[in-house]
Amino acid sequence: MNVLHFAQAFFSDGSHWHGRDGIPTRLSEHVKYSLEALLFAAAVGLPVGLVTGHYGRGGNALALIATAGRALPSFGLLVLMFIWIGFGMVPVMIPLVVLAVPPILVTTYEAVRSVDPSPVDAARGMGMPESRVLLQVELPVALPLVLSGLRTAAIQIVSTATIAAYVSLGGLGRYIIDGLYQRDYEKVVGGAGLVAGLALATLVVFWAAARLAVSPGVRRSG
Amino acid sequence: MNGFFDLPSDLQYGYLGLVGLHLREGLIPVLAGLLIALPVAQLCVRFRWVYPPVLGLTTVLYSIPSLAFFVVLIDYFGQSETTVMVPLAIYSLVVLVPAIVDGVRSVPQDTLAAARAMGFGPVRRYLQVQLPIAVPAIIAGLRVATVSSLSLVSVGMLIGNQGALGNMLYSATTYNRPALAVNSVLTTAVLGVLADALLVLVRRLLTPWMPPTKGAAR
Amino acid sequence: MIRIDSVTKRYPDGTVAVDRLSLDIPDRAITVLVGPSGCGKTTTLRMINRMVEPSEGSILLDGRDIRQQPVNTLRRSMGYVIQNAGLFQHRTILDNIATVPRLLGWSKQKARDRAAELMARVGLDTSLAKRYPYQLSGGQQQRVGVARALAADPPVLLMDEPFSAVDPVVRKGLQDELLRIQDELGKTIVFVTHDIDEAVKLGTMVAVLRTGGRLAQFAPPAELLSAPADSFVEDFLGADRGIRRLSFFSAGSLELQTAPVVSVDADAATLAARAEAAPYLLVTDSDGRPLGWSEPDGLTAGAVDRDRLLDHGRPFAPATDSLRAALDGAVLSPTGWAVAVDGEGRVVGVVSQQVIGEAIRAAHTRVARDSAVKAAR
Repeated sequence: MNVLHFAQAFFSDGSHWHGRDGIPTRLSEHVKYSLEALLFAAAVGLPVGLVTGHYGRGGNALALIATAGRALPSFGLLVLMFIWIGFGMVPVMIPLVVLAVPPILVTTYEAVRSVDPSPVDAARGMGMPESRVLLQVELPVALPLVLSGLRTAAIQIVSTATIAAYVSLGGLGRYIIDGLYQRDYEKVVGGAGLVAGLALATLVVFWAAARLAVSPGVRRSG
Repeated sequence: MNGFFDLPSDLQYGYLGLVGLHLREGLIPVLAGLLIALPVAQLCVRFRWVYPPVLGLTTVLYSIPSLAFFVVLIDYFGQSETTVMVPLAIYSLVVLVPAIVDGVRSVPQDTLAAARAMGFGPVRRYLQVQLPIAVPAIIAGLRVATVSSLSLVSVGMLIGNQGALGNMLYSATTYNRPALAVNSVLTTAVLGVLADALLVLVRRLLTPWMPPTKGAAR
Repeated sequence: MIRIDSVTKRYPDGTVAVDRLSLDIPDRAITVLVGPSGCGKTTTLRMINRMVEPSEGSILLDGRDIRQQPVNTLRRSMGYVIQNAGLFQHRTILDNIATVPRLLGWSKQKARDRAAELMARVGLDTSLAKRYPYQLSGGQQQRVGVARALAADPPVLLMDEPFSAVDPVVRKGLQDELLRIQDELGKTIVFVTHDIDEAVKLGTMVAVLRTGGRLAQFAPPAELLSAPADSFVEDFLGADRGIRRLSFFSAGSLELQTAPVVSVDADAATLAARAEAAPYLLVTDSDGRPLGWSEPDGLTAGAVDRDRLLDHGRPFAPATDSLRAALDGAVLSPTGWAVAVDGEGRVVGVVSQQVIGEAIRAAHTRVARDSAVKAAR
């Protein structure tokens, strides 16, 4: 397999491991872009999804927003924002957030909406305020699904953050874009491998987060 | 907006030509993905142990950036439409396999037992019971796959202008005409939304037994 | 006392769930709301803790309109038990029970101590405290639901079909447990069910509601069974209400006969003497527990063939059982005689269907006279 060969050549080249264009720098840039985008998207998607799911309304509006968000091409949005706003982080953040909001929003909404209604009824009947019903009764039960929405969003962000390189920013996309223009397939394969590896690491992080945050009562009965 | 649909000649296509090209590059992969996903999903339903490794593999494939995929495939297919469509087909596959598996698995055991009791063979049972009941889940998967596929075609611009509507983005930067970028983004989004609406319609037609509005966000 | 004062619940689409309902729910007793589906019994219950707001009329708790205090304060002062228990699957059993005390601001330790106390009260082993709901059976989950409702010691307990999702054997256990707890705690309980047997068994007072949310009859269960207000209530009570009504008459007054009872070790003389007493003799073992019936000729002193004895049916205990149990025992017995036993299961006598029939007539006459006296007052 020449793909494996390229990868091996890329990773065994010592010059790829340090400096301005070294793997540690690019990796940390990539992680930084991805985390920022995920935080923004979660800040928008989680509260809206939780509240709409709690009241069980606005599902159709959410579906529309989600479809529109998915339909907007990330790459096109990046180029457009770059033309409009110019060089910087904002043109990169906008497409990434637009990409990540739909899965977070829709999954969170569905997760809260599909919580068994009887504990919710019991909680209200015992005199629990609505905010507590949402945060202490619905959210803990919906958490596995909410996390899976965040996980999907995170993986899409990690994979798509490569486009930042097209507008002269860093991140692992640098290897892919530079490799493309330099016809250096070693770099492209190496960069792709790193992104895939980062995505797998993201999976592991979310798996661990679910182990820690989800109550054993929910994990085993769900 | 002046010159919104007035495309530079180096794009080689008119506006509608680009739309047609975009649809072809975006939809053929979904169709191919569906054709491969059906048997793969059936395999996962039949042999439960197949599913987790398949799921793992597809997640890894999904995480490979489209651009990297394209570049690597140039080696095999050149700077061609095929190079753009193969990764898109793989992404569709990744979305569709779990959707179909979950859909087919969600068919109630009672229903299957009833079908068996009435003398349905395995093939008939699959075609006449499991698949129809799984239609909503499959269409839900198709909607995500189709919309994503259409939106990803644009990236193909980077490999020798194979991005259909995405190619307008290149012209937008070279000739400094932001309107072209707006056109590209909006047209792509509208195609996605229309394809999505069409699939919703197809689901309504295929599943008259479903309550018309479930108020669900998917 | 909870006073429901001509309350109507009308939904925006025009359906009337409850129609000008008035009820005085007595303190420290179980009041059962019963009726077919769509009779508004659950809506009525949910209006008491303001899960549903009435369209017209008012509900008073100890003379005060329930709308005068904040809704969550009101709800925390009323225990609430629902059909599938509605436990929080992400919390342990102990923390589930401690919910309301925690809402009321008790310290975690105090709330948990109280929860542990309640587990014992509702018959749950404290070893279950750290378990999660999915690890418990349906009946155990429902006990947790009751414990959770009792945790803050509310004076009022609202129960919405709490036992209808469990199997009949478990349900009977839960009902008995509820009656036992009620004996100890004396709560004001409003209990919704669609099961008339459950209503008759648990209720101090029973309100029968008809479809459309109107009150058909509000009476103690014995009165309901003896004098249904109209044909709707009569139909709802079912065909065997006469038999069921016997549950309210004690079997203690039955005149028992001991002559037809012989021990398996009885000698020939005793057997000969007893043969005159009745067409059949009940043979007991040497401890006095029933073995079965036999015709006198079939018995040989010292050589009773236990396999040839006729089944003795289900014995009843005059001290605790009702005339219904006695009659049931007699009907099930091949000889038409019921066997009466003491708490240890030793035979204290036998009684014929005829004697039971006389006792039933006497009981009915007594009730009729009592209600005539009541009416005259």
